[in-house]
Amino acid sequence: MEILKKYPKLFQWLFLLVVFFALCFAIDVPETYKFIRGQAEFIKDPNQSAFVFLGKEVRYYAFDVFWRLPPLLGWLPIWINDSLFFLMNDWMPMEFWNEDTQEYKTRPLVLQITRNLTAFMTFLIELIREILLGGLETIVAFTSWDWIDANPWAELPGLPWTIVAAGSAILAYKLGGKGLAIYALLSMTYISIFGQWKPSMQTLSFILVAAPLSFIFGLGLGVAAFKSKRVEKALYPILLVMQTMPQYAVLVPALVLFGVGDHAAVIITMIVAVPPMILLTLLGLRAVPPEVIEAGRMSGCNNWQLMSKVLIPTARRDILIGVNQVIMVCFSMAVISAFIGAKGLGFNLLLALNQLNIGLALEAGLCISLIAILLDKMSLAWANKQVDYFGNLNFFQRNKNSLFFGVVVIAGILLAYFGSINFKDGYNYLFEVPHNKGISTAGFWNKGVDWIFDTFFVYIKAFNTWLIVDVLQPMRALYLRMPAIATLVLVVGAGYLIGGIRSALVVCGLTLFIALSPWWDRALVTTYMATFGVLVSCAIGFTVGTLCFQNKHSRNFMLNVCDIFQTFPSFVYLIPVMMLFGITDTSVLIAVIVYATIPATRYTIEGLRSVPAGLHDAATMSGVTKFQRLFKIEFPLAFPHMMLGLNQTIVFALFMVIIGAFIGTEDLGQYILKALSDKNGAGIGLTLGICVAFIGLIFDNLIRTWVDKRKKHLGID
Amino acid sequence: MSEPVIKCQSVYKIFGANAERMLKEANGNVDAKTFQDNGCIVGVNNASFEVSKGEMLVVMGLSGSGKSTLLRCISRLTDATGGKIFIEGQDLLNLNNKELIDLRRNKMGMVFQSFALLPHKTVLENIAFPLQIKGIKTEDSINKAMDMVKLVGLDGRENYFPRELSGGQQQRVGIARSLAVEPDIWFLDEPFSALDPLIRKEMQDEFLRLQEKLQKTIMFITHDFDEALKLADRIAIMKDGIIEQLDTPANIVLKPATEYVRKFTEEVPREKVLLIQDVMDEKTSSDIGDLKVSKDEIIENVAEKILTQEKTVAVTDSKNNVVGSINPAKIINTVFGGRKNNN
Repeated sequence: MEILKKYPKLFQWLFLLVVFFALCFAIDVPETYKFIRGQAEFIKDPNQSAFVFLGKEVRYYAFDVFWRLPPLLGWLPIWINDSLFFLMNDWMPMEFWNEDTQEYKTRPLVLQITRNLTAFMTFLIELIREILLGGLETIVAFTSWDWIDANPWAELPGLPWTIVAAGSAILAYKLGGKGLAIYALLSMTYISIFGQWKPSMQTLSFILVAAPLSFIFGLGLGVAAFKSKRVEKALYPILLVMQTMPQYAVLVPALVLFGVGDHAAVIITMIVAVPPMILLTLLGLRAVPPEVIEAGRMSGCNNWQLMSKVLIPTARRDILIGVNQVIMVCFSMAVISAFIGAKGLGFNLLLALNQLNIGLALEAGLCISLIAILLDKMSLAWANKQVDYFGNLNFFQRNKNSLFFGVVVIAGILLAYFGSINFKDGYNYLFEVPHNKGISTAGFWNKGVDWIFDTFFVYIKAFNTWLIVDVLQPMRALYLRMPAIATLVLVVGAGYLIGGIRSALVVCGLTLFIALSPWWDRALVTTYMATFGVLVSCAIGFTVGTLCFQNKHSRNFMLNVCDIFQTFPSFVYLIPVMMLFGITDTSVLIAVIVYATIPATRYTIEGLRSVPAGLHDAATMSGVTKFQRLFKIEFPLAFPHMMLGLNQTIVFALFMVIIGAFIGTEDLGQYILKALSDKNGAGIGLTLGICVAFIGLIFDNLIRTWVDKRKKHLGID
Repeated sequence: MSEPVIKCQSVYKIFGANAERMLKEANGNVDAKTFQDNGCIVGVNNASFEVSKGEMLVVMGLSGSGKSTLLRCISRLTDATGGKIFIEGQDLLNLNNKELIDLRRNKMGMVFQSFALLPHKTVLENIAFPLQIKGIKTEDSINKAMDMVKLVGLDGRENYFPRELSGGQQQRVGIARSLAVEPDIWFLDEPFSALDPLIRKEMQDEFLRLQEKLQKTIMFITHDFDEALKLADRIAIMKDGIIEQLDTPANIVLKPATEYVRKFTEEVPREKVLLIQDVMDEKTSSDIGDLKVSKDEIIENVAEKILTQEKTVAVTDSKNNVVGSINPAKIINTVFGGRKNNN
C-alpha cells in the first residue's frame, strides 16, 4: 500500500499492461486467419463476408471483432477514387475556347483547371530547363512549329556548363564566402566531368520552379495564419498530418489529377513543401518582439506597411530558414518524383537501382548528395548572412559580383566557341559533357560490389539469416499476434495515463481509423519494422550522442555530420545498403537505422547541451563525479529534449520503412508503391498515406504531451 | 489655462473575454478581486488626469501596476475598455483607423524599453523610418534624420546597424526616431530601465537637456522612484491599476497620500529632491540675517551655507524679492527628522 501511494503512476501502467496481456491471451488466433485480409486486392472468394456502404461493396475475411475489427472504412478508398474520377470527368462541364482547333469545347471544370495548371507548370519548367540546357519548346510556346521550321536559328542555346559552375561559385561566395565558393565550383565541375550534367540541370530546374512557388504560397498562408486565428485553426490539422505523411503517398493522387511528368511532380511538391514554410513563417512572425510591432504602429504604419516593412524583415532569419526547408523538401521530392516520371537525377537513380546497377546508382546518388549539401549550405548561409551597409561603397565595389559574373559569361561563351572549333568529333566538352562521354566510375563500383559479395557473401548471408530468422520473424509474429482490441486498449490507456481524457480520445480516433481500414495487418508490419529501427537507432544515437558530448570537438564534429547526413534525400540511403546487403529486409532495416540515428544523435547532443551551465557548475562544486553528473543532472534535465528526438526518430524511421518498399517489404509502403502503378490507385494511395501519417501522429501526440508536462514540471522553457 | 494636451476621464482597461459587460455591470465600482474571480484582469482602474502643454508627467509603479497599459491606452496601442481620452481635444477612442494613423504620424512619438529598433536598418534608416512611412521623399527624410542623429550625439555612427551599438547608443537611436516627426506628445515607456546605472544617469541628464530645448508634452513611464523624482513635473504613482497619488515630487515626498506611497518616500534623500520653496516659511520673521537664497535652489546645494548661519535666512524669488524665510533648524528637521516618527 505504501508503495502504491508513492508511485501511483507505476501501478497504473502495470495495470494497463496486465489488461493488455490478459486480452492477448484470452483472444485466440482464429484458425482461418491469414496474414492478408484480401479486401485490398479486390479478389472474390466465397469465404469472404461483404457489406455495402454508400453504394460501395466492401469484401473482407471476417474474424471475431476482438481479433480484427471489420474494415468498416473499406469503402473510403473506393469512394475517394470515384469522387476524384467524377470531379475530373463529369463535374461542372463548361464551354472552353480551344486555341488549337479554334472552337468551343465542352470540358469538366476541374479537368480544365488542372490541364491549364499543368500547361503553366510545364512552361515554367521548360523555360528554366532550356535556359540551362537549351531547346526550343519555349519559343514554340510563343510562336508555332511552323515559325520554328521557317527560322532554323530560333533555338535557345543553353548555358555552357562553365558559366553555370562559375555562376554558382560566385553566388556561393556572395552568400557564404570562400569555402563555400570552392565547394560549389568543385562539385559543379565534378558533376560535369562525370557526365551527370544534363540530369543534374533537370533536377535543378525542377527545384528552381518548385521552391519559389512553394515559398510564395507558404509565406502568404503563413502571414494569413498569423493575422487570423481562424485561418490558423483551419490550417493546423493539415500541417500536422503533412508533417508525418510519407512524401511518397502524396504522389498517388497527383497522378490522377495532373498526370505523369515534371509538372505533376512540381504541383505535388508544392503541397509537401508549403507546410514547413507556413510553420516557420508563423514561428518567425510570432517571435518578433511586441515592442517592435508597437514601434512600427507608433511610427504610423498601416497594416501593409507594418507587415512588409517591420514584421517580415524582422523575422527575416526564420523565414529564410523556411526557405532552406522548402529547398530541401523540393530536392528530396525531385528525387522521389521519379516514380511519377519526373526527369533528372532521381530518374537515373531509380533506373539504375531497378537494373541493380549499383555503380551507376552510386554516381547519381553522389551527385544528388553533392547538390543537396550545396543547396543546404547556400540557403543556410543566406539565412545567417546579416545585411551590410553598402551606401559608402563605389559602383565597382557594390556590383563586383555581378560584374564578375558578366566577365564569366563572356569567358564561358568564348571558351565554348573555341571548344566548338577544337573538338571535331561532335562533342563540345567545354559546352556540355554528354551523359555517356564523361568519366564513369560505375564499372569500378560494380566490381567493388562484386568483390564484396564474393568475399563476404558467407558472412553477410549468415548475418542476414540470423537477423531474419531469430529476430525479425519472431518480432513480426508477436506484433501480428496482438488482437486489435488489445492494441486499442494499450494505446488508448497509454494516452489516458499520459495526457488524460483528451489525449486518449485523439489517440483512440487515430488508431480506430487504421484498425477500421482494410490494412491493419500491414500497418502492424510497418510499425514492427519502424519499432525495430527506432530501438536500434535510439540505442546507437543516445550512446554516440552522449559520448560525443563529452568533448567540444567531437560534439561539433558529430553535429556537422548529422547536418550533412540529414540533407540527403532518404532515397539515397538505399544505394549503399543494397550494395552491401542485396535485396532483403535487412537492407531496408539498415537504411532505416542509419537514417533514423541522425535525429536520435542530434537531439541527444542538443538536449545535453541545453542543460544550463550554472547547474553544471553547481554540480561540480557539490563534488560529483563525471558519471554522477551525467546520470543525476544532465540526463534527467535533457530527457524531455531527447524524447523529442525520439519523436523525430520515429518519423524518420517510418519514412524510410515506407520508401523501403522499393526494395521489397510487405507493409503499407508496398501497397503505396502498387497504387502508384494502378490507375485506380489514388484512393488507396491516399488512404494508405493517411494511415502511415496517423501511426506517426499517435506517437507524436503521446510523446509531445508527455514532454510538455515534463517540461512544465521541471520548469524548462 | 489652455486646453490640456492629454485628458483622461475614468479610463479603464480590463483584459478578459467579457470585460465590457463586466465593466458595465460594475457601474464604475471596479473591484480587482471580483473581476479576477470571473476571469478578467484589471489593467487600469478609473484613471483620470490631465497633462498640459510642455509638462512632463511621470507615471511610476512596480511591474504589474498597469503603468505600461495606461500608456498603451493613451497611445491607443490597445483600446481602453471604458472611459474617455482626449488628445488636444480630439476624442481618441472615436478616431477611425486612418485618423489614428494620421495622429501617430504627426503628433506622437514613442520610446520603448527594449529599444525596438528594426534590425535590418542602419541607425540613419531607423530614424528616417517614421518619415518614410509618412511618405516624405528619401532625400528629405535622410537630411532630417541626420539632424536627429546630431541631436542625440551619434554623429559618425549613422551607418552602423543596431547590433553594432551599445544599449545606451541604441536607446539614443530610439529617442531620435521618436523625435523625427517632431511630435507634440512624447511617450517614453521605461526608456532607461534596460541600461546600466552609470549609463542610465548619463541618459537622464541628456534627456533633461533635450527636454529643456524641445519643451514637449511628455508621459514618462518608470519603475524607478528616484528617476521619477529627478525628471518629473508631476508624478502619478500607480498600484494595481489605480493611481494612488498624482502630485508634484515635493508634495509626494512631504505629504504621501497613502501608506503605499509613503513606503517609497521613506528612503528618499529629501535634500536632493526638495527645493527651498517647498520647506520655507511663507512669512518673513523679523530676525533675518544677511544671507539670501533663491527659492528654486535644491536644499542640498545651499544647506551648508544655511547651516553655518545662526539667524534665519531670507528666501528670494527670481526678481530678488524676499518671499519667505528658512532657519537652520528647519533644514535639519527636513533632512533628518520626521521619518520613523511618522510611522
